[in-house]
Amino acid sequence: MQQLALFIRKEFIHVLRDRRTLLILFGMPVMQILIFGFALSNEVKNARLVVVDHGRDVATTALIARLDASRYFEVDQVALSPKALEAAFRRGDVKVAVVFPARFYERWQHGQEATVQIIADASDPNTANTLTQYVSAIVYDHASEQRGVQAPPYGIRVETRMLYNPQLEGAPNYVPGVMALVLMLVCVMMTAVSIVREKETGTLEVLLVSPFRPVLVIVAKAVPYLLLSLVNVGSILMLSTWALGVPVQGNLFLLLAESVLFITTCLSLGIFISVQTSSQQVAMLISLMGMLLPTILFSGFMFPIENMPVPLQVISNLVPAKWYYIIVKSIMIKGLGFAAVWKETLILAGMTAGWLIISVKRFNIRLA
Amino acid sequence: MDAICVENITKAYGKGQSPAVDGISFSVGAGELFGLIGPDGAGKTTLFRILITLLLPDAGHATVGGLDIVREYQKIRSTVGYMPGKFSLYTDLTVEENLHFFASVFNARVSDNYSLIRDLYEQIKPFKDRRAGKLSGGMKQKLALCCALIHRPTVLFLDEPTTGVDPVSRKEFWDMLGRLRSEGITILVSTPYMDEAARCDRIALIQQGHILSVDTPQGLRAGYPHPLYAVGGAPMPALLQRLAGHPDVVSSYAFGEWAHAAGTTTLGEGVLQAYLRDAGLPEAIVQATDATIEDCFMDLMKRN
Repeated sequence: MQQLALFIRKEFIHVLRDRRTLLILFGMPVMQILIFGFALSNEVKNARLVVVDHGRDVATTALIARLDASRYFEVDQVALSPKALEAAFRRGDVKVAVVFPARFYERWQHGQEATVQIIADASDPNTANTLTQYVSAIVYDHASEQRGVQAPPYGIRVETRMLYNPQLEGAPNYVPGVMALVLMLVCVMMTAVSIVREKETGTLEVLLVSPFRPVLVIVAKAVPYLLLSLVNVGSILMLSTWALGVPVQGNLFLLLAESVLFITTCLSLGIFISVQTSSQQVAMLISLMGMLLPTILFSGFMFPIENMPVPLQVISNLVPAKWYYIIVKSIMIKGLGFAAVWKETLILAGMTAGWLIISVKRFNIRLA
Repeated sequence: MDAICVENITKAYGKGQSPAVDGISFSVGAGELFGLIGPDGAGKTTLFRILITLLLPDAGHATVGGLDIVREYQKIRSTVGYMPGKFSLYTDLTVEENLHFFASVFNARVSDNYSLIRDLYEQIKPFKDRRAGKLSGGMKQKLALCCALIHRPTVLFLDEPTTGVDPVSRKEFWDMLGRLRSEGITILVSTPYMDEAARCDRIALIQQGHILSVDTPQGLRAGYPHPLYAVGGAPMPALLQRLAGHPDVVSSYAFGEWAHAAGTTTLGEGVLQAYLRDAGLPEAIVQATDATIEDCFMDLMKRN
């Protein structure tokens, strides 16, 4: 036991004395959270909206005021000719324009159809979609308020409720994604490289010629990264709660326990890679190419898995980050309990056990 | 009982490759300082790795401390000390941390066996807080030897411990090996340096996976079959060229500033001197000399 403790202490020294490792270990999670949080958002805020008002009446004024009050738009009221408007779109000065026809209020009040034209720059389809939806929502809101409480006698009313994330913010989506990504990267790459480094420098050769059991070498390598990764989970959760306003809705301890499980999964994968390779470069390459890319593609965090062709959906099941992403979303955003994530938990536990068993079996007690 | 017993050990890396170690047999007595002498690529490191159980032999048997290297590898690993040819300590750990770490790996404490390494460790103690990677070559090897000794092994394996080490440190290193032998530790050491062979109790000359000879250094030198002459005082290329032209010279080669010429019994000091004078090198000096280990090695290599 004391042997193992000293070995773990040695591993901590390796990590803490290497500035680059430290930077990756603690700098990367903070950077990613902040980058995804503030820079890479698909939310639209303060988009420039041009209003072309041919009506100039009570109704259009009220609607324009309402659009202006929304935090999505900066309203620019100019009387542009259709030609000038088109030119403005071409230049990219304007993302969306709203055109009110003449006699707008009159038509509306007299039961005729009053139309509002929304023109959007769809060269970026996502933004165009979002912007037109925002504008229509505001217009409908205004219309139904003016009509009064009573619903029209006929027709279907659609009532939408966005569960768990009513504001459709980006943060609740990417915090679980970044957690999965960071843990995957840190744990898999760092453990793989650290074991292979001992092979490369020849220290493993010396360790093998000793009473120290190879299994303990693996355990001793994994423990520091488990602890340091937990620190990472903590810092991500704190950033998420206080800097991004995405607190943990469910049980914090359940979330931490699931994180420990996922970290262990990643560590076992890192160990597996290290057992199979013999140079740090190869280990690093496999960790990056083999882990980072599938994690981004198949975890469901960037691209919805439901939209993929069936073969890719099958492949996505092999990516541990997918399951962890589901677990974190369920606990952190939806506030669900263990009953909702037991299946995913079981899958992760199975993967971990599998890799660990293969790694221990294939760990070479000799050279070559 | 022999501390190390090797019988017919053969090992090839990959099929169809010529074996790195080919049917080697020898034994090392308990408490002996045994040298494995041979050039790079002779199979020394392979043999070491087989004996310390890191490689499995293709054929043959061997025991270390009476333990079978295949079946009882775990027991061997906890009783031997091993210092690989390549520096294999943690460069980002300090001198002291390395020592304590390797002691703990063997369930030992530094204080238990400090007497064994005191002479050596005192020399590097001033640098105990320095990272091992920042030590000089000689210091690194001294530290590595300390780490290999800290659990008081019964058999010590040193693979080319003095390669890349300055002459003074090399001498200190061998002085230390002599002291360890007097503590009763069996030492198997390999080296490409022939001059170090003289400090061993017995040596095995190894070449291309074969053992050429096993003997004491004195016995080996006494067994040199030819009269040997050191020739100097003239430019080396001219000397070697003239020597090769003499019918009674069996072999001749540069040996530092001198050329060594081995001849048949009819070749005498005077004969050779006269020959060189007639061949246009009147300034050449010829002296009868005793064979060194290197002469023996060259001779054995030629005959095999």
